[in-house]
Amino acid sequence: MASSVSAAHASRLPASHWMRDLLQALGIRGRTLVIAIPFLWLFLYFFVPFLIVLKVSLAFITIAQPPYTHFNEAGHLVFNIGDSYGRLVSDSLYIKAYWNSLVVAATSTVICLLIGYPFAYGIARCSPSVRNILLMLVILPFWTSFLIRVYAWIGLLKNNGLINEVLMAIGIIDSPIGMMNTNFAVYLGIVYSYLPFMILPLYANLEKMDMSLLEAAADLGCKPLKAFFLITVPLSFPGIVAGSMLVFIPAVGEYVIPELLGGPSSLMIGRVLWTEFFSNRDWPTASAVAIAILLALVIPLMIYQKYQDKELEKES
Amino acid sequence: MTHRLSWFIIFWLVVVFAFLYTPIISVVIYSFNASKLVTVWAGWSFKWYGELAKDRQIIDAALLSLQVAAISSTLATILGTIAGYVLVRFPKFLGRTAFSGMVNAPLVMPEVITGLSMLLLFITMENIFKWAVAGLADSGMGATSEVVRVLFGWVEGRGFITVVIAHVTFTMSYIAVVMRSRFLVLDLSLEEAAQDLGAKPLKVFFVITLPIVLPAIISGWLLGFTISLDDLVITAFTNGPGTTTLPQVVFSKVRLGLDPKINALATIIIAIVSIGVIIATIQMRRAEKQRQRDEQMAIRALAKA
Repeated sequence: MASSVSAAHASRLPASHWMRDLLQALGIRGRTLVIAIPFLWLFLYFFVPFLIVLKVSLAFITIAQPPYTHFNEAGHLVFNIGDSYGRLVSDSLYIKAYWNSLVVAATSTVICLLIGYPFAYGIARCSPSVRNILLMLVILPFWTSFLIRVYAWIGLLKNNGLINEVLMAIGIIDSPIGMMNTNFAVYLGIVYSYLPFMILPLYANLEKMDMSLLEAAADLGCKPLKAFFLITVPLSFPGIVAGSMLVFIPAVGEYVIPELLGGPSSLMIGRVLWTEFFSNRDWPTASAVAIAILLALVIPLMIYQKYQDKELEKES
Repeated sequence: MTHRLSWFIIFWLVVVFAFLYTPIISVVIYSFNASKLVTVWAGWSFKWYGELAKDRQIIDAALLSLQVAAISSTLATILGTIAGYVLVRFPKFLGRTAFSGMVNAPLVMPEVITGLSMLLLFITMENIFKWAVAGLADSGMGATSEVVRVLFGWVEGRGFITVVIAHVTFTMSYIAVVMRSRFLVLDLSLEEAAQDLGAKPLKVFFVITLPIVLPAIISGWLLGFTISLDDLVITAFTNGPGTTTLPQVVFSKVRLGLDPKINALATIIIAIVSIGVIIATIQMRRAEKQRQRDEQMAIRALAKA
């Protein structure tokens, strides 16, 4: 009788009381729970997968579903470094693709910076109402599909594409320039796709800059160009670092752009990973490639993380 | 004060905007081209839009993509909002550095790595699941085995749910960054006032904090939605045979060369996004002006009192 009364009573209590009592009984405070929800999600779905990639990179390749095994013929768990990593260091294809990716990503980052800096500077110096419109125009292409923006370049770069047609019509060239399926097209695609990622942090930084510093420099007789390089550029260094990392890190592993715009010679490591995984079904090697890419990105990732934390500290 | 812009800067703004918009505008114009050869002009026509409407493969994939994007962005907004809140409001807790690293890293992580690692996780989960179900059934706990099968059966073979989980994981980072910057500039006095009047922390969050940051939550959701809608690489790794999303259909067609139907599809996407972004910008400016007006009125009222 008593138990049924308390049960009826309990069922009338709001659910939150139930939850609170339970959590209190378990010794979990609300704050811990709030942190735990996103923490556990990211831990399970973002961090743990890397450990599994590391383990699979040390597995044997077999003909099965999935096409790898952690065990040898005797049924013992083994760490097989030779097959996957051995292949990476002995076959020059991987080293070439790896090096090429780093070069392409670094060069594209510098080009994005050279294009994006004066651009972000210009926007930051406009009047606030114009600034908002220009900023919207920078963000707009970023919201439209990435795939479609890369696709758009095919129509421009092809032999009978818009650029060649225009150049031939005005008589600058007699026959089309082969731009599709070249390294030039890959650079163009990466710079085009990642430029907003460079512009936005630079703008955020330049917009906050204290203009009285430049006025003081001008009053003391400093030429505008000199003031720009002595004051504006050093002060915007955090923005430069953030933008560069936002371009460089994802560009190293880029797959879609070299696949659609590049040719057979545009070897990039992300494309190698894709081929190993989907075409060759060599998952241990694909995993080893992933680990190799991560090794190259550890330092850039740490710089990026440090910048994010600093921004947080500065604002709060 | 605003400085007069030098001619070089104005020239540069024009050149870069031309660079950003020429490809997009060319796709839109070519979508109205009557010729099947996309880049050879043969007069204006709407025929590719008609062809697009008849393409079941594209329509089905688009519907699936919209579903995936709506569900994953909603989940990612909940998780991302909490993550952004934690980063701003809880400056010290065990594992904070690791947490902030896990929030920031998916933003820049090359997609092939995220995709591969998520797939290998799902396969590992599938193996554990099969082993657990078989083990439970063998040891005579058929009922428990059934429960496990119902709860975790989605890991088998991969499909809709695995794609959603993958999308939630990488879009929540973008949303967390948006929410983090919103919480950073949030005025604490309202929350403190509510707390002083005796509201419990949870109530303060839902009644005071959440309504104030709602515009940021909406833009976060929209950002997550478009990113999910657009993803090719991570989806390619984590989906099953029955879940082909729109970017995958587009990619397989684009690989074969230019396709006038893709131009029509691109134009529709560009039109929707442009209208959305323009409306959002106007709305935000209006809200901002309203807020400024309210603040001034409050200050004037205070001055009188």
